[in-house]
Amino acid sequence: MTTTHTLTDEDRANLESLQAQIESSPIGRGQLIPLLQKAQKTLGYLPEEALALVADHLEITRSEVYGVASFYNQFRFNPPGRNPIKVCMGTACHVRGGEIILENFERKLEIKEGETTEDREFSIERVACVGCCALAPVALVSETLHGHMAPSKVEGLVLRVRVEKEKAEREAAKQ
Amino acid sequence: MTAANESIEKIQAAYQALAEEARLQKEQFDQSPLPKIHIGMATCGIASGALETKSAFEEALKERDVEAQVHTVGCVGHCYAEPVVVIDHPDSGFPPILYPEVTPGKAKMLTKLFLQEYDPRFEHIMGAIVENEMIPSVHEFSRFNREKRVIMERCGRIDPEQIHEYLADGGYGALAQALGEAPDAIIDRIEASGLRGRGGAGFPTGVKWKIARAAAGSEKTIICNADEGDPGAYMDRTLLESNPHQVIEGMTIAAFSGGAKKGLFYVRAEYPLAVRILESAIGQARAKGLLGNDILGSGFDFDIDLFQGSGAFVCGEETALIRSVEGYRGMPRHRPPYPVERGLDNRPTVINNVKTLATVPPIIEKGADWFRSIGTVDSPGTAVFSVVGNVTHPGLVEIPMGVTLRELIFDICGGIPNKKQFKAVQIGGPSGGCLSADFLDTPVDFDALTRAGAMMGSGGMVVMDEDACMVDGSRYFLDFTQKESCGKCTFCRIGTRHLLDILRRLTRGEGREGDVEQLENLSRAVKRGSLCGLGKTAPNPVLTSLAYFRDEYEAHIEECRCPGCSCRALTAFYIDLDKCARGCDACVGCCPVDAVFTTSNRKKGIDQALCVKCGECMVACPPDYNAVIKVSPAHLAPTIERPPEKKR
Repeated sequence: MTTTHTLTDEDRANLESLQAQIESSPIGRGQLIPLLQKAQKTLGYLPEEALALVADHLEITRSEVYGVASFYNQFRFNPPGRNPIKVCMGTACHVRGGEIILENFERKLEIKEGETTEDREFSIERVACVGCCALAPVALVSETLHGHMAPSKVEGLVLRVRVEKEKAEREAAKQ
Repeated sequence: MTAANESIEKIQAAYQALAEEARLQKEQFDQSPLPKIHIGMATCGIASGALETKSAFEEALKERDVEAQVHTVGCVGHCYAEPVVVIDHPDSGFPPILYPEVTPGKAKMLTKLFLQEYDPRFEHIMGAIVENEMIPSVHEFSRFNREKRVIMERCGRIDPEQIHEYLADGGYGALAQALGEAPDAIIDRIEASGLRGRGGAGFPTGVKWKIARAAAGSEKTIICNADEGDPGAYMDRTLLESNPHQVIEGMTIAAFSGGAKKGLFYVRAEYPLAVRILESAIGQARAKGLLGNDILGSGFDFDIDLFQGSGAFVCGEETALIRSVEGYRGMPRHRPPYPVERGLDNRPTVINNVKTLATVPPIIEKGADWFRSIGTVDSPGTAVFSVVGNVTHPGLVEIPMGVTLRELIFDICGGIPNKKQFKAVQIGGPSGGCLSADFLDTPVDFDALTRAGAMMGSGGMVVMDEDACMVDGSRYFLDFTQKESCGKCTFCRIGTRHLLDILRRLTRGEGREGDVEQLENLSRAVKRGSLCGLGKTAPNPVLTSLAYFRDEYEAHIEECRCPGCSCRALTAFYIDLDKCARGCDACVGCCPVDAVFTTSNRKKGIDQALCVKCGECMVACPPDYNAVIKVSPAHLAPTIERPPEKKR
């Protein structure tokens, strides 16, 4: 497993809370996926430490846990950006140019899909159908869905997040 | 009076008490003289801004001091018109009216003009919900009157988070009826109705239940398969978000007749709203005694858990789904034994699709003959399709089986927009096939589609216009199946990879002689050498597009030309200077990579080395000029020298 990140203080605090949640869970092989989901919900991703907690609790090997986690698309091993961008690659979005949208995000943020920007502000993922095919092409920024995407909208979306962040910072500085 | 009759009466009494209470609660809402605003709030509605619309209504109502009830409902399936709002304003004298595309601004306007001043603003109306003499009804549109709703009948009418609305609408009546019957009689009725599994394969549901009933062991499980992995289909999600109780009711009936005590919903974790609504629905059903011990006093115990699938397409396959619930990698295993004999934890397990289960209550209520009167002889009932892609009115459409593709695409969904020509329709997602215009008169049912080379699959239908490239389409689907192959069978694991490599080369203009033959051979080998449905059907997009669009493959290989001008390596954009007004800079301004430039004599050119072929300039160029032209092969585009950058 390749990991390129180190745990932040926030991650460590989350790991502790995860440990408490795991300890109160029942034991059994059927619990593996629900526990991994719980871990990802708590931390946002699955660092080695979280996989180890799950493995020890269920008394199975860590490689077995990693084997299952890496099989499913839902689990990620890199921390997501604060504003994860998910570009839909469903059939309808493909027909209407989803790949062009993905490329535009990649170019704008200078990262590839699956990566996170250095400031951990953005990450790009390609997702299979989010289920709003009538609005294709579709992209999600954080939890907000943007339908009928066009390359010219990409810049605006990224800019909006950055401007809002600056505004929040300025206001925080004022107080 | 016999004991059986007594028990039936007890169940009916328990049910009637619940239904009566629900009806009273619903009547209070219905009969109130206040205006009612129904807003569609499923995922697609929210994506189009239904949340903002809702808060705009609430704000405007408060500001203007108007009293009205805002009622959230599920999705009606008319995705092209989202956010959809129905306003019922009894005092105005108008019937309930459906408004499409209600933005927050429109919401505020309607609050003032319609709710306060009784002017319904005819220019914004789609139609009235019921026939009347004042406003044309929506049922005059073929998008409404050609549909036949069995599965989605209540979607968009009731609030999915309020069980009383389902109960008041006659919901759970089928369950009460079924609990008073012998399980074998129910199975016989389902078998007689000819209901076939809506998950794609079309296996007779009654037969499946019968095997489950006969299977040994008391600990049986029923699983509702809501792992809708097909990119381009979303009807299961919509159904769970708009009317979860109909699925729960169907599942409980299935459990009762098959003898299962435990139920499990396998829902994709990517559907957070569906998961939340389902959880709340299960909780409400439990609280009303419709799930849990001694359901409606019948002595039958049944409860449902929820399992969130982690996103693997192959888990739509029964045995892989079971492995994944057990906590392993979702790899299919050899069948037989089938899951109805040995499934979850080696116990008999019935696995039914969401739509199959949702069809059960109407069949119990209205009978097998009624169901047989809809659709065709071999495929009775209705089918739900998500018709998307290049079509005027995309969305969910429920039609009786046997309607032709032409009727579905052109009459019901409005045909191809922008005066383009129809080229192909892809049915059944990555496992299905592409059908050409010659097949437009094929009726939509399980067998006719399979004969044509496509399949019903989960009901995803993507319409493609003349600009679509069939080679690129196949590449897209192979890209998907190659990633989703679990890796168990060599042919599927390596074969799909090779298919993908060849298709990628073709779309880059690096095709070689013999590629087409190789694609055909490999496809057949993958089909034969794979264990589960994923591998067996993965080459279908390639095989069908080769059968019906072979000339496109040949154009890619021999001329490096993409007939649809879609493969980006084989196309180029240029600006036709005879058409260009030269005065505007729309194309220059919109280019994300600064590839469009202006020369000293105001000519426009595109720097082919920089161009990423996103097509923005084509959209930006005003329709009066339409000066941006797309050509394939790429060398056909005339070159205009870019002037050197001015020194500052």
